[in-house]
Amino acid sequence: MKQNSKSAAKDDLARLIARVGSSRDMEAFERIFRAYAPQVRAFMLQRVRDPQLSEELMQETMVTVWRKAAQFDPSRGTPSAWIFTIARNLRIDNYRRSRRPDFDPNDPAFVPEPEPAADHALETRDEETRLHAAMTGLPSEQRDLLKLAFFEDVSHSEIADRLGLPLGTVKSRIRLAFSKLRAALGDRP
Amino acid sequence: MTIRHHVSDELLLDYATGALSEGWRIAVATHLALCPQGRRRLSLMEMAGGVLVREHPPEPLRSNDDEAWISIKKRLGVSEMQPAVLQADDLAVRGGAVVLPEPLRSYVGGDLESVKWRPLGRGAYHMPIELEDESTKVRLLRIPAGKPVPEHGHRGRELTLVLSGSFHDGEALFARGDLEEADETLQHQPVATEGEDCICLAVTDAPLKFRSWLLRAIQPILGI
Ligand SMILES: [Zn+2]
Ligand SMILES: [Zn+2]
Repeated sequence: MKQNSKSAAKDDLARLIARVGSSRDMEAFERIFRAYAPQVRAFMLQRVRDPQLSEELMQETMVTVWRKAAQFDPSRGTPSAWIFTIARNLRIDNYRRSRRPDFDPNDPAFVPEPEPAADHALETRDEETRLHAAMTGLPSEQRDLLKLAFFEDVSHSEIADRLGLPLGTVKSRIRLAFSKLRAALGDRP
Repeated sequence: MTIRHHVSDELLLDYATGALSEGWRIAVATHLALCPQGRRRLSLMEMAGGVLVREHPPEPLRSNDDEAWISIKKRLGVSEMQPAVLQADDLAVRGGAVVLPEPLRSYVGGDLESVKWRPLGRGAYHMPIELEDESTKVRLLRIPAGKPVPEHGHRGRELTLVLSGSFHDGEALFARGDLEEADETLQHQPVATEGEDCICLAVTDAPLKFRSWLLRAIQPILGI
């Protein structure tokens, strides 16, 4: 039962983001804000260590959620993956001054999915549950590596330096981890 | 178009975490623009990042949510209250003919017709792309049909993304959208396929090691 209500909440969030994107729904936006602001603020503080700056970066994240809501695509991932990707990128932009180029789905040269699947909302919810289980099952050496990458914003070669591991070992652990995660989701790619 | 040579998991993870610096990121992002498979792998990584954060949530800080909400509302300008208008239709009309995908096209300042080619000798041309971040060298390369790139080794990482035409590297064929990753362990001599010049994006973080003494001599002038 608990699992069900949690999943329902996730679905709700996807729908709330869609409402912000399509009709600039302020009430929906406030619910997203209330659900995520405390976590995003703390996520910033972990790395930035300055409460004032963490607050600013959290607000910047929320304003970006508002601006980009129409681009959120539930077939590409979950609301929390999307929001934390925005937060992570802003956190990095804050200490790296160069540009962070990205692909543009509206570009005429962009190659879209061959056939977009139809029943995404359900599928994505299920996927996150399975992904969570698969990540719990990873060997700790692989999990620790992913945590380091996502929490400390360091590249795989910096990880090798920090842990005193050969670069090849780090690469193969990353590859092993993601091949298991992909397999757990039925080899999506 | 079927892409055969994809971005590696470790490089894609660096892209997902944001750790990849600007030069490499242009090559990976442009590959991803052409590669739905790579974007599916990326979204799995982003989901994994989301799961990790949700699983190890930092202690939520809700001290001043009401204040924050008021200040965010103030930041949303009047123009932003209107629903976003997509101009996809407008762009679709031009579809097909564009060779340089975003984000590369913005760095070049337009599609192929705006490239200012500079001769490298033996019919090859290049155009260096200026970045704020100077830890990498980024350039477009045009290798004449049927001709080789001089044989070389690497002192660091090299990413090559094919945009037009194709080249062989040993047994492997690289065509539009294919990404080749090379490092210190690889010595190679890519050869452009007959019939069409090969245009690619090349990113390096260290000068190449050419076998030819002549090339080594003029290398500083070319900046390769
Ligand atoms: Zn790919
Ligand atoms: Zn090379």
